[in-house]
Amino acid sequence: MTDRTIEKTFDIFDILVGTKGDRDFGKKPVVIQGITGSYGSTHARLMKAYGTNVAAGVTPGKGGQTFEGTPVYNTMAEAIKATGAQISGVFVPAPFFLKAAIEALDSGVKLLVAIPEHVPIRDSIKVLEYAKGKGAKMIGPNTPGVIVPEVMKVGIMPAQPFKAGNTVVFSRSGTLMYEVSFNLTKRGLGQRLCLGIGGDPINGTNLIEAFDLVRNRDDIDSVVVVGEIGGDAEEQLAEYIIRTSYSKPVIAYIAGRAAPKEKRMGHAGAIVYGNYGSAESKISNYSKAGVPVAKRPAEVPELLADRLRK
Amino acid sequence: MRLLEYQGKELFDQYGIRIPRSYLANTLHEAKEGGKKLGYPLVLKSQLTVGGRGKAGAIIKCKTEAELEPKFKELLHKEVKGELPRGILLEEMADIKKELYLSLFLNRSKRCYSFIASAEGGVEIESAANRVMVDVPLDGLAPQTAEDTANRLGLSGRTVVSFVDLTTKLSRLVSEKEAELAEINPVAILGDHSLLALDSKVIIDDNAIFRHPELKKYEHVSELEKQAEVSGFSLVELDGNIAIIGNGAGLVMSTLDMVSDAGGTAGAFLDFGGRATTETIYEALKVISKISNIEVILVNLFGGIVRTNLVAQAILNAYGNNLISVPVFARISGAESEKAREMLNGSRAELYNTVEEAIQAAVAEARRG
Repeated sequence: MTDRTIEKTFDIFDILVGTKGDRDFGKKPVVIQGITGSYGSTHARLMKAYGTNVAAGVTPGKGGQTFEGTPVYNTMAEAIKATGAQISGVFVPAPFFLKAAIEALDSGVKLLVAIPEHVPIRDSIKVLEYAKGKGAKMIGPNTPGVIVPEVMKVGIMPAQPFKAGNTVVFSRSGTLMYEVSFNLTKRGLGQRLCLGIGGDPINGTNLIEAFDLVRNRDDIDSVVVVGEIGGDAEEQLAEYIIRTSYSKPVIAYIAGRAAPKEKRMGHAGAIVYGNYGSAESKISNYSKAGVPVAKRPAEVPELLADRLRK
Repeated sequence: MRLLEYQGKELFDQYGIRIPRSYLANTLHEAKEGGKKLGYPLVLKSQLTVGGRGKAGAIIKCKTEAELEPKFKELLHKEVKGELPRGILLEEMADIKKELYLSLFLNRSKRCYSFIASAEGGVEIESAANRVMVDVPLDGLAPQTAEDTANRLGLSGRTVVSFVDLTTKLSRLVSEKEAELAEINPVAILGDHSLLALDSKVIIDDNAIFRHPELKKYEHVSELEKQAEVSGFSLVELDGNIAIIGNGAGLVMSTLDMVSDAGGTAGAFLDFGGRATTETIYEALKVISKISNIEVILVNLFGGIVRTNLVAQAILNAYGNNLISVPVFARISGAESEKAREMLNGSRAELYNTVEEAIQAAVAEARRG
């Protein structure tokens, strides 16, 4: 099976929430790897409160315990057998990510939401290649996760910025995903899906693949892309928009215009070498694709509302 | 982590990649020792992490012993792009027939390694003609691919054998040391068809260093950066007088852009990550307090889960303990912001509802100062 066929058969909404009207809509089981850790437990609790069906957790050596009513297993194989989950939220520390992710994929997980920051690049590539071979997808690492507002979330994002609606937000930055979504929400522009691409140089789901996940959906009227300096994901996306004649409004924001070159700005992936990865390069490519770039997060809803009116 | 030339060459040497005879000197005494060992003429090379050393005059020839003292002193005190050298590498001159360019790097968009080679070495690769670029899988460059590349570069005979040998060794280094980039520019083809690495540029994946205790010795961080790292912060020191603190790299970058648009200049970038507690904010202020050029602190915190009164408490504690005396301008979106505002009443800290307002006030104050 080639990458393209996986792309076409992989329906992220079907995996995350199912079909509206179905009995289990929005109640798809999710497993949290690392549920008994401080990070995993905090967010497992918040995910449950938001409506996510956290059906099981995994922490080696803690099998048989429960976390606030959720059963904990020693292995992913046991957790998946008990719940039938296709989604895993990985909350283990970066040095253990590779092992945890491979275990999840071996157990049949189709969507891996990779939260940890500081995962070595080679580990990310290994997991990504392994996932491809299994017809699975990885979001992240170093991502806040994914949220279908007012239905469910897998990740660490707060609830308050998001509201259900028809736009989609893809973001390379966590807090900026919240900031931009909150600005959209205040303006009455709700979101159908907000997905954190991740702040690393290697992303399990890159911007183009994220676009492919939603491009043919009728319930989506626009896409907001929150980018930052480093790499050429925005340049590639601009080229994709032109090549595939993507017709829905796309609004972009890019952080790091004023950042110095050759300095890593907090994210492993946010670094400019020469012109490679610079904000100027991204802005000029977006402009060729007819994508307006907001100067500030607060300008995003204005630009989007303007495009939607046309 | 970007290694210095001599550090990269130490790795090359460990992997059997030939390098010129050389000697690292930090003092004139050491340089004289090196000169004696290597003989003249030789090359003096400033050890810097910034690019463009050649153009900046930080690589110079030294023909005789008499030239060593003035030239060595000149280089040792020469700043390039704001950076002073961490040592001068003395190196023997090679009998160069021809120069090549080679690099193996992590290709972000292809999500694999790429191998670039050119028969034109010693120039910037972007401008080199006849570039050959091939994808390299995670397990390394196959000898056949290396051989095909050599043929495409027009190499022949024993040089091809040397090329395959060198590039597969370089590939092994990249895999085993988890490098994001290993570049040799130039590689010299010598009279006997062997290859010699005249320069090195190696960048190791910071996130993989925990698996490589042998590379720890190359780490070069300031006390302040170390302190920030221990607390789990990302810190970048800049030239201006406004310190920008926030939760999330993207948010802090975005704030930096807006400060710059408003005519301000940032003196520090500090992302304290996901945990916004009284203690973490206090630690962040502590780090900032050690940067001398800071006259204004700007806090941009996107909450939700964050309780703003905890942030206010941290700011009050920092003033109370005389950790900071400069004004703080803060935008904190989150729960209990009214309470936070009351708490800060009468202090040198000011809360704003929008980031734009906080920035405007901070920039105005920074200019006044």
